[in-house]
Amino acid sequence: MKAILEANGVAKRFGAVVAASDINVKVGPGERVGLIGSNGAGKTTFVNMITGYLKPDEGQIKLAGTDITRMKPRAISALGVARSFQIPQLFGDLSVIDNMLVALACHASRSGFLRPARDPLAVDQAEELLQRFRLHHHRSRRVGELPGGVRKLLDIAMALTARPKLLLLDEPTSAVAADEKFQMMETIMSALKEDPDTPVLFVEHDMEIIERHATRVIAFYSGRIIADDAPQAALAQDDVRRYVTGELATE
Amino acid sequence: MDNLLTLLIDGLNYASWLFMVALGLTLVFGVLKILNIAHGSFYALGAYAAASFVGWAASMKFAPWMSLVAMLLAAVAVAVAIAPVTERGLLRFFYGRDEVLLVLVTYALFLVMEDLTKLIWGANPYFVSEPYGLFGSVDLGQMSYVGYDFALVGLAVVSGLATWWALNRTRQGKIVLAVIHSAEMASSMGVNVSRVYTLAFGAGVFLAAVAGAFTAPMISVQPGVSVGVVVLSFAVVIIGGLGSIEGAAIGALLVGLARSVAVHMAPSAELFVIYAVMAVVLVFRPEGLFQRIQARKI
Amino acid sequence: MNTTINANASRQAPAFLSPRVLAYAVGTFALLAVAGFHAPTWLTYLITIAAGNALVSIGIVGLMRGGVVSFGQGMFFAAGGYGAVLLFTRFGWTDALVLSIAGGGVALLLALPFAPLLARYRGIFFATLTLALSMVTYGVLMKVPELGGSDGFSIGRPTLLGERLDGASGSYRLYLLTIAFALGMGLLARVNFDSPNGLVTLAARDNELRVEYLGTSVRRLMGVNFLLAAFCGGVGGALVVISLGHVEPGFSYWTTSGEFVFVAILAGYRSIPAVFVASVMLEIVRSFSSAYFPNTWQLALGLFLLLIIRFLPRGIGSLWNREERK
Repeated sequence: MKAILEANGVAKRFGAVVAASDINVKVGPGERVGLIGSNGAGKTTFVNMITGYLKPDEGQIKLAGTDITRMKPRAISALGVARSFQIPQLFGDLSVIDNMLVALACHASRSGFLRPARDPLAVDQAEELLQRFRLHHHRSRRVGELPGGVRKLLDIAMALTARPKLLLLDEPTSAVAADEKFQMMETIMSALKEDPDTPVLFVEHDMEIIERHATRVIAFYSGRIIADDAPQAALAQDDVRRYVTGELATE
Repeated sequence: MDNLLTLLIDGLNYASWLFMVALGLTLVFGVLKILNIAHGSFYALGAYAAASFVGWAASMKFAPWMSLVAMLLAAVAVAVAIAPVTERGLLRFFYGRDEVLLVLVTYALFLVMEDLTKLIWGANPYFVSEPYGLFGSVDLGQMSYVGYDFALVGLAVVSGLATWWALNRTRQGKIVLAVIHSAEMASSMGVNVSRVYTLAFGAGVFLAAVAGAFTAPMISVQPGVSVGVVVLSFAVVIIGGLGSIEGAAIGALLVGLARSVAVHMAPSAELFVIYAVMAVVLVFRPEGLFQRIQARKI
Repeated sequence: MNTTINANASRQAPAFLSPRVLAYAVGTFALLAVAGFHAPTWLTYLITIAAGNALVSIGIVGLMRGGVVSFGQGMFFAAGGYGAVLLFTRFGWTDALVLSIAGGGVALLLALPFAPLLARYRGIFFATLTLALSMVTYGVLMKVPELGGSDGFSIGRPTLLGERLDGASGSYRLYLLTIAFALGMGLLARVNFDSPNGLVTLAARDNELRVEYLGTSVRRLMGVNFLLAAFCGGVGGALVVISLGHVEPGFSYWTTSGEFVFVAILAGYRSIPAVFVASVMLEIVRSFSSAYFPNTWQLALGLFLLLIIRFLPRGIGSLWNREERK
């Protein structure tokens, strides 16, 4: 199995703070990896290093064999890394369908002028994705007026327009009402079923969601990985119970 | 070395004029976050009002030095008549909107005031020259300078210090500083932010009018005065940093000296020099010399 | 991946400009041509100037769609005008069509060194830097004798396809040329706004960060928009100068730039025809006011602008484009 994402010996320091240390990860096709850990444990730093927003001090990151460690964020995105945001980053003044079309236009080839933005092929692609995320009936609504859950789904749908090789979801169910969380994760996961080979890394705080949807769990603490296993096994580890889920008291 | 002295004195005089003009603009931006194009119009109003008040004082056969009082009263009159109406009746409706939108609103205000001044005072120039001789002349080296120019330098220094002192050493001033820093925070602490805005805007208009009133004897007061003042005050404020008083002072000195050098050594570059300095500062340090706000996106 | 929801997915993508839009354009030209033939000369002259000015404002609209307002387009207006005059007097280029495009080219060349710089600025700083640059240009134009100094230059009547455009028939042909350019460049602007770059520009105005994360360089986008705006400004400047017969440094003064911004605000960024309508409105107000109320036309403009900003913040174009989510 060829690894899609590979991190070898990655470390990052901010002054005296160790944000990441000795990070070694290999993610293959089709995996659904939950990244867990309390705030400041290093999950977001890890994600930001993959997207190129931060540069590791040590180590190497590879995407499908290509070394992306020193690459610029836009280049990494062009290679096939897409991410969604904890606070959805959308174009509030535009309609849902236009948001999708913008995403498609951004990924378009250099011939940025040769086809209209609202070209039927693009519109079809956009609508197909909206259907997958059950957003189709919102297509003409102005994004600024939409409720939080819909915005989060749109954010992820936009990330998918790139047909990425790797998808990173930053807290996909945060800021969503408790009773909506599970439904939302169901929607997301079933939408992703259409791309079974694309690995997905998602940062998540809700352990029930992790148990239900992740095929693998990586737990962070103080910049290090303290567990990397199937969900049941990882969540049963003492360290994880102590430093992440809080089931065991810390000294 | 007389030439150098002349150059420096000319630079200083011009810098004082610039500082007086720019002070109100930078204050208004600092507090209300509005880059007020109509600032030039307030300057012009001050000059016109001074022309009227001084003319009236002369016709009443008051003592010559009363013209100075007349000028001050003119500035006060302008501030009282214009500031509350403008701030409460117009600008208030656009607070919180895009900063460039507010610039456009002040541009519209500028257009309106251009014609209002013409309607009130007519299109012919006014000359308020009598007060210019009030301070006699000062002989330095081989050149004779007009005392009034030096008095203006004094006025500029006084205005700057007074504004600085009012902001930093009075209770009300500290409240204004809090609003400058964060209107939201100040408001949640119980500060009546809207009153601070009105006050600050009023101060800005007053300072512009004072500048106009007291420099009226040095220029011919006519339509179009505001147009040049707008760009000059912008240049000074940009160079010094939007919202900074020290910046306005340094900016004024820089521009004043630059212009003086140009006038004495390369007269054809006079116009060019001021805007060039402004452009250069914007390119290399767009926040200005004394500023913390971020100017460049990427 | 499941493909077709829509059975038409495989059909051909349409051309940018639908037959309907092209028909409108041709129809408008025909209408204006006929109307211009019968209208009094002061009116065709007014429309000629308004159409040329509108081109500058179209450039500003293009920039506004990306969220920045340029207060210095007068610089490119002047570049186009001076370019046309200098090419006419120094190099003997007399063809009006060539001069207009060349004017655009001169403006484009002037913009080239500044585009990468300006692409990094937004808001107040973009506005003041463009203003500063245009004032520097003004200063240079005022003082350099080779560029005519404070008096500027005059230009004689140009030719078109070999014939000199003299007298009333010449003016009429200049009118036709100008509105042809206006319509043509309006169509090109429409193509640009409908292109992926055009849509992403709108998105960048809203959320630059996301555009960057989606893989597009916002800086490059803004730079391109700036260059396009400069070209439009230059063509407009050349056309106006050819009809006016004269160019002077005031073209680059900030108040001139302010008027172009005024028209762009009045029109809004949703409709291109609105820009021409707004420009004609400005010219009408200007002409009538100078004739009858010389001290109130700026007053009228200012009040008008305030009303638009307050009540029609999306410009007059939004009056007939309410449904469109552009």
